[in-house]
Amino acid sequence: MNIEIKDIQKRFGDFVALHQINLAIAQGELLALLGPSGSGKTTLLRIIAGLEQPTSGSILFGGDDLVGQSLRERKIGFVFQHYALFRHMTVFENVAFGLRVKRRAERPAEAEIGKRVRRLLDLVQLGPFGGRYPSQLSGGQRQRVALARALAIGPRVLMLDEPFGALDAKVRKELRRWLRGLHDEMGLTSVFVTHDQEEALELADRVVIMNQGRIEQIGSPDYVYEHPASAFAYEFLGNVNRFECAIRNGQAVFAGGTISVPENANTGDGPAIAYVRPHDIEVFTGPTAAALAATVSYISAAGPLAKVEVAAADGRLIEIELARPMLRALALKVGSLVHIRARKARVFRRDAEPSPGETHSIRGEGRYSEPATPPAPMWHI
Amino acid sequence: MATETKAPAASPAPATAAAIGEPAWARNLLIALGLGFIGLFLVLPLVAVFIEALSNGIGAYLAALHTPDTLAAIRLTLLVAAIAVPCNLVFGVIAAWAIAKFEFTGRSVLITFIDLPFSVSPVISGLVYVLLFGAHGWFGPWLVANNVQIIFAVPGIVLATIFVTFPFVARELIPLMQEQGTEEEEAALSLGANGWQTFWRVTLPNIKWGLLYGVLLSNARAMGEFGAVSVVSGHIRGLTNTMPLHVEILYNEYNFVGAFAVASLLALLALVTLVLKSLLEWRFGHELAVTRH
Amino acid sequence: MRVFARFLPRRAPSVLPGFGPALGFALAYLSIIVLMPLAALVLRPAELGFSGFVAVVTQPRVLAALRLSFGASLIAAAINAVFGMIVAWVLVRYSFPGKRLVDALVDLPFALPTAVAGVALTALYAPNGWIGRLLQPLGIEVAFTPLGVVVALVFIGLPFVVRTVQPVLQDLDREVEEAAASLGASRWQTIVRVILPAILPALLTGFALALARGVGEYGSVIFIAGNMPLVSEIAPLLIVIKLEQYDYAGAAAVGVAMLSISFVMLLILNLLQRWHRGH
Repeated sequence: MNIEIKDIQKRFGDFVALHQINLAIAQGELLALLGPSGSGKTTLLRIIAGLEQPTSGSILFGGDDLVGQSLRERKIGFVFQHYALFRHMTVFENVAFGLRVKRRAERPAEAEIGKRVRRLLDLVQLGPFGGRYPSQLSGGQRQRVALARALAIGPRVLMLDEPFGALDAKVRKELRRWLRGLHDEMGLTSVFVTHDQEEALELADRVVIMNQGRIEQIGSPDYVYEHPASAFAYEFLGNVNRFECAIRNGQAVFAGGTISVPENANTGDGPAIAYVRPHDIEVFTGPTAAALAATVSYISAAGPLAKVEVAAADGRLIEIELARPMLRALALKVGSLVHIRARKARVFRRDAEPSPGETHSIRGEGRYSEPATPPAPMWHI
Repeated sequence: MATETKAPAASPAPATAAAIGEPAWARNLLIALGLGFIGLFLVLPLVAVFIEALSNGIGAYLAALHTPDTLAAIRLTLLVAAIAVPCNLVFGVIAAWAIAKFEFTGRSVLITFIDLPFSVSPVISGLVYVLLFGAHGWFGPWLVANNVQIIFAVPGIVLATIFVTFPFVARELIPLMQEQGTEEEEAALSLGANGWQTFWRVTLPNIKWGLLYGVLLSNARAMGEFGAVSVVSGHIRGLTNTMPLHVEILYNEYNFVGAFAVASLLALLALVTLVLKSLLEWRFGHELAVTRH
Repeated sequence: MRVFARFLPRRAPSVLPGFGPALGFALAYLSIIVLMPLAALVLRPAELGFSGFVAVVTQPRVLAALRLSFGASLIAAAINAVFGMIVAWVLVRYSFPGKRLVDALVDLPFALPTAVAGVALTALYAPNGWIGRLLQPLGIEVAFTPLGVVVALVFIGLPFVVRTVQPVLQDLDREVEEAAASLGASRWQTIVRVILPAILPALLTGFALALARGVGEYGSVIFIAGNMPLVSEIAPLLIVIKLEQYDYAGAAAVGVAMLSISFVMLLILNLLQRWHRGH
């Protein structure tokens, strides 16, 4: 089922939660709505699901306008953030609920209900837990019950609100892979909301980055990570160092030197902020052209990438990621004097924040034509 | 109103309590003061009821209960409670649904209004209905003309009882349902349930113990109400005399055994209510609003 | 964002059905059972005119009754504040045999019909009663005096204080007391400077609730009070007496006077609490 969201706006009193949202979701796609809390992502999800009514705009499911259609008519499988399992019902009864409340003419026979529920419980690997109550399950198990319950009604679309938000890190990773597998197997159009960029980038076919009720950027995980369309998207997608600078004649001028930023060639002069990913910083032990002198203040070598923190002359801390062999080759220690240089930087004019209403994905592709680089590793504190 | 005490923390654990506990003499003094106060003001009156009732032996006790007027009072009390409690139960559930599950302006004003009967003297609770339906009340002349009697008759007693028990169910359910939120109902609707199915299969099972708790308290009050009922009843023996009013009549006639015999039944009702209430709090405390804060 | 929405009035609310009918029914029932009758109470004294109203409520007998009702309630609420706090403290902090029973028993005044409490207390405190007999040689008369009114109101008011203080005491973080002790405070200093301020708002609330209940109390008081005009006659009884004389407006005037004084007292307590919290 493809979904088309047209000019959706949502106000709560004077507060505009969503500004003119336009979005198309393709059949069978797994889409992530990513953003910080307050960005409007959950409101958008609830509006698509029919849990909330938009102030204006329309939502088309395979061509039918859904606005005004009641929740029960929409047949949307919704997995709630805190699962919303019926606490007084067993797992079996929770999953069977959607079948039992069907109109008599459509309701399957008891034996059929039993068969379908057992099949779903097997699917979510909870076969033996049908007789338990939600309070007797772990968080990950509850999550899967909620999923089975949503799937039981044969939904046209599956929607998940912060599906892994309440789980601990390890379970979260496992469930993520499992959910991706399930999605590929069933081919159901799915939309999920998350504030965790790693989750969105790892799981989704496409990521919609939201901020303050607007869509900042839409694109594949690779693309949005490599080509953030705005300062916000850059900061939100992974760890980043911010440098104050100025743009002059298409070049970024720092306190320590100048970097040419060809993609800013047409940007007018003015104060700007340069974003540099920690793995885009080169470290030299000897003096180097256009490099900034700094002192190593902290080294953490656990994991495949070493994290190095250096203090610039003005005391500002800069994070750097180095491959471990590199760290060894440089023989860095806390207190070592180094020179650092940005291999790659993205510069945004301070006054050129994205304006609302633009088609962000197009702007993202147009303005920043960085040559393709191999997928960058991610880490975040 | 009651709050379950989570007992384990209370006993002074040797390590920490030594640092912040009171000396033994102070502890014992406080326990003695507290228990002494409860003994003097709560236990002694309760015991007195039963001792006085049985002061002439069990035969006299049973005989005192087995009089037509007393039996009529018991019947009337049961009848009044049987009407008033279900009325307030239905109101409580419906009002709680509107207040707890939806957001709208004026909600807190509504909650304050629902609490009003608790802050009004019982006598005033009766008085207001006399002002409306009494011979000289707003609707009095019309009622007389149409030969409808409310004051000094059963309808007045029922109305006054509904008034004084009005808040119990709603007041227990509103915070409970507020805390439970609307996610389960939304889930039920998204799974295709209609409004009634959602209410009967999801909402009601979640609030059943809270509902029972509210009903229990409002029943105790309905059967035991004195002031409000006294004002509207007219004290017609055998007709408009409820059990608490009958206690007064017998007492004023110096029929102490009779008065205390009826009083002992009401005291038993109170004890049963307390036991059931405590059981609910111990067993289902997490499903009640009162025991969570 | 959903959290934000909660603080705003919503005209087109959630997807749950039944809001309109439920609110409509609740409002109608509330109006018929509570609001309309209370409106009658407030409007009825109007037929007396303002001077008539003042004349009724300044009758010596009415003034004496109001003074007794409010005075006895204040004293009883103060006694309950002290002993209610002790009971709550003992129930929360100490363990002793029968604790759960005592805890359950605290609610007895809520559950016991007031008339039953009234006759029982009278039997105990009458000159030939169990307690009255002991007090008589000391020259203390309780039954049929204002002191009897106080005793009845102590009985009625106790759970209000215990049940408001108890949960607060329970939730009190014991680490704070440990911190006070580690900083060198004596136990007494910790109680006075750390614990008492924390439970003071709850204590005031309990005091206010006991007070409000005491002012309106009728059933438990009329048996033990003796009901002598100007001496031991409470305000609610005066309403009953006026009603028996078919003086509806007079009865309503006394009722309005009671409610007004209660309202002002509760307002003062509320302000006191706010002032306390502001510090």
